[in-house]
Amino acid sequence: MRMTVNRKLIEVPDSMKGRKLVEYLREELGLTGVKNACEMKSCGACAVLVNNKSFRICNALVKDVENCELLTIEGMESEDGTLHPLQQAFIDFGAIQCGFCTPGMVLTAHAFLLGNNEPTREQIRKALQSNICRCTGYLQIIDAVEAASAFYRK
Amino acid sequence: MKKDNPKAWRNDAYAKVTGRARYTDDVKFPFMLHAVPVYSDFVSAKIVSIDTSDAEKSEGVVKVLTHKDVPGTNRFGQIIKDFRIFAEDRIFYNGDVIAFVVADTRANAIKAAGLVKLEAEAVPSILDPERALEPDCPLVHEEHGSNIINEHRVRRGNIEDGFKNSGLILEEVFQTQFVEHAYMEPEVAICNPRHDGVMEVYASMQHPFSTRRFVNAVLGGRLADVEVISTPMGGGFGGKDDTVSIVAARTALAAKLTGKPVKCSYAREWSIRESYKRHPYRIYYKMGFTKDGKIKAVKTKIIADGGAYCSVTPWVTWRSTVQCCGPYQVENVHCDTYGVYTNNVVTGAMRGFGSPQMNFVVESMIDIAALKLGINPIEIRRKNMVRQGSITITGQKLDNHKVALEETLNTVLDEFDYESKYKKCSFGKSDADELYGVGLAMSYRGMSLGAEGTDFNSAIINVQPDGSILLETGIHENGQGSESAMCLILARELGVSLDRIRYRRPSTSNIPDGGTTVASRGTVMGGGAVVLAVKKLKEKIAEFINKHHGNAAGNAVFKDDEIICGKDKHKFDDVISSMYRNQEYPHVFGVFRGPKVTWNEENGQGDAYFSWTYGCQAIELTVNRKTGKVKLLNAIAAHDAGKAANVQMTLGQFYGGMAMGIGYGLLEEVKMKDGVITNTNFNSYRLPRSTDLPEMKAVIIENPDPNSPSGAKGIGEPTNELMAPAIANAIFNATGKRYFQLPIRVEVSGEEDLNQ
Repeated sequence: MRMTVNRKLIEVPDSMKGRKLVEYLREELGLTGVKNACEMKSCGACAVLVNNKSFRICNALVKDVENCELLTIEGMESEDGTLHPLQQAFIDFGAIQCGFCTPGMVLTAHAFLLGNNEPTREQIRKALQSNICRCTGYLQIIDAVEAASAFYRK
Repeated sequence: MKKDNPKAWRNDAYAKVTGRARYTDDVKFPFMLHAVPVYSDFVSAKIVSIDTSDAEKSEGVVKVLTHKDVPGTNRFGQIIKDFRIFAEDRIFYNGDVIAFVVADTRANAIKAAGLVKLEAEAVPSILDPERALEPDCPLVHEEHGSNIINEHRVRRGNIEDGFKNSGLILEEVFQTQFVEHAYMEPEVAICNPRHDGVMEVYASMQHPFSTRRFVNAVLGGRLADVEVISTPMGGGFGGKDDTVSIVAARTALAAKLTGKPVKCSYAREWSIRESYKRHPYRIYYKMGFTKDGKIKAVKTKIIADGGAYCSVTPWVTWRSTVQCCGPYQVENVHCDTYGVYTNNVVTGAMRGFGSPQMNFVVESMIDIAALKLGINPIEIRRKNMVRQGSITITGQKLDNHKVALEETLNTVLDEFDYESKYKKCSFGKSDADELYGVGLAMSYRGMSLGAEGTDFNSAIINVQPDGSILLETGIHENGQGSESAMCLILARELGVSLDRIRYRRPSTSNIPDGGTTVASRGTVMGGGAVVLAVKKLKEKIAEFINKHHGNAAGNAVFKDDEIICGKDKHKFDDVISSMYRNQEYPHVFGVFRGPKVTWNEENGQGDAYFSWTYGCQAIELTVNRKTGKVKLLNAIAAHDAGKAANVQMTLGQFYGGMAMGIGYGLLEEVKMKDGVITNTNFNSYRLPRSTDLPEMKAVIIENPDPNSPSGAKGIGEPTNELMAPAIANAIFNATGKRYFQLPIRVEVSGEEDLNQ
């Protein structure tokens, strides 16, 4: 089977199709930005983009994403290493503490902003409801997403 | 959006926002094995036998460890050495680990774990700490001779006279709950048996030196034989000490016995089942007031459920004891505090460390009294609050720093427009569906460890020949941004640019043990050590300039990467390079020793903490009278941070603390059924999510603390200890009903409670 991960086409050996997708990304592709924190789709630490929509993939198998386009946190920055404006906003607004929820949080916010580039704070809160952060109280994350929305309007 | 705040700076932000940060579970070693714990179904039992033979034969299994494999000691702890690294002849709680399966893959280890056979006889479990205190109650740990882990007390003034002179006497009983830290990263450790004989440990821990002690105790060697290396970690909140140290100790033993690197990575269910929690308290509180609202006496009995092992219960309950009257002056105090063994899950350190429970009680009581006496709740606080030069209930005079309690209160009142909001409260008398309330709470908090421990920390500054700087301290990066704070303090104090500073990845084999990164002491103690190290470095550099260029010592000014000596300006880089050429190392070691504290355990009197910090928080909410649903509208916090090293990260401590405090007040509870935790993952353990929280305002008040070399006060915990009582008071002001139990479940007659 085939899938695209961070804009690269990947040929997946058949033997991997039944494997957990998180394990495959972490162990085989080295994309350890995908985190395990609850393994029951309750916390969002494993969120990645599948065809530009945010999914919590901890229960998914590799075969579930056949022919799909995946974006993980490792694919957010541009080829030359410049951070995506949303990533930069997370840094500037102090939205990062322990960082364990950050990849899933950035990706969930990214998918949300792709669909709504003029969100209210209430809408941002609702979009991030699926992702738990224990450190920040979410406020600076919401600040960052709100500020970065300007980029998505361009 | 806060446009006026400076941009945040973190040395690890880039790594974390790009997914490059390698947490322990992201690290692999060649030929690495995987280990998993084996639990039993019991809560309290006598072990007859543990049969590992089937598990050993299972696919991929390399070894199955039990207590019999421990070469060092199987019993360890920070205070009482009662933790069983592996269960021996008894099960003391449902999180006890009876065996540890080591296999080629984690999946194979999990498969084999189900094949370990335990034969045991159930022993009646003791789950109510008050039952545990009765003389005829069987003992949890017979060798301890009592179910009382520890006692503390305060005896001040004359309690009988105090109540005799009280026009109003209130007596209430409060109950708080078990709380899970819920760090996003579960416990994980990798142990690598190095060719030089040293056991190298990577783990998600907040106290590498504690981890080293646990590992070393189990391996039975010497401290220098274990090197614990800091690794990015996904949150601690006090919870990444004992439990993860024990996980690391088991993993190290597996590595030692197999001769291979071993990883043990916990599932959330194992983490919540085994790890220690915040103590549930039952608090009997009697309080006497004069008719005009002056507190005359407090008599309290505090019973903390310590669970199956001691952990740090004596230290947690000590803070509760010292702060048992909140930030108020009380002449007559009688406090008895008990930490008690039960067969419940272990309890230990969690953000707040014995204060959230007490503040819930005291700040509720003050509001109850205000209502009964017909005095405004703010006025009654002003009448009793500690001020400059006040004497605390343990006899400490507050005169060595600015007592900023009233400043924090006034800030909240002004910034929140509190008084006009208070006038709009429903008090249960409105006909509207949404009852409106606003509530407030305030506290003082002893800074750092106080008389519970030896309080010092160190910093190493190692300037390289090109002027770049390596910094290391004995404080651990838990996610709070301690490394960044240390770098910023160094840059500020040495007058150099931030980009030349690199925080060296700390190792227990390089920096001396500086105690644990708890008690909101990171910036105070580690930052203090950095300031003192910089002072030494400046002296060293100035002396060098004086010797080689003359006219510098005493008046060198370090600024903008230059050293200015009168009319002479030297580039920092040039001076450093010159020092190396002249065989002078710009390498210094700074130590900050916490100023003296005193404590008399007999009467609970003494200068308990070397300084104090002050704060006030308020919240505005509505309660739906039909559904009981609480909607949080706005919240505010004002705390004296001394001096904020990193404004955005300091604000992050405020917001994160408030959020966790809101969870404590309304949402969070580890639910137990007959000693077994029933909500072991995030689908059933209810944490605050973005939609549960209101907009929050944080006000950093800065009165640099003269006892703290960097001026900073600890802020991580004060921000976490006030939301629950503020919510309790706001809910009362909305509904007219007072709640004495956490988390608060608003009762609606005949209707389902939507907050559950």
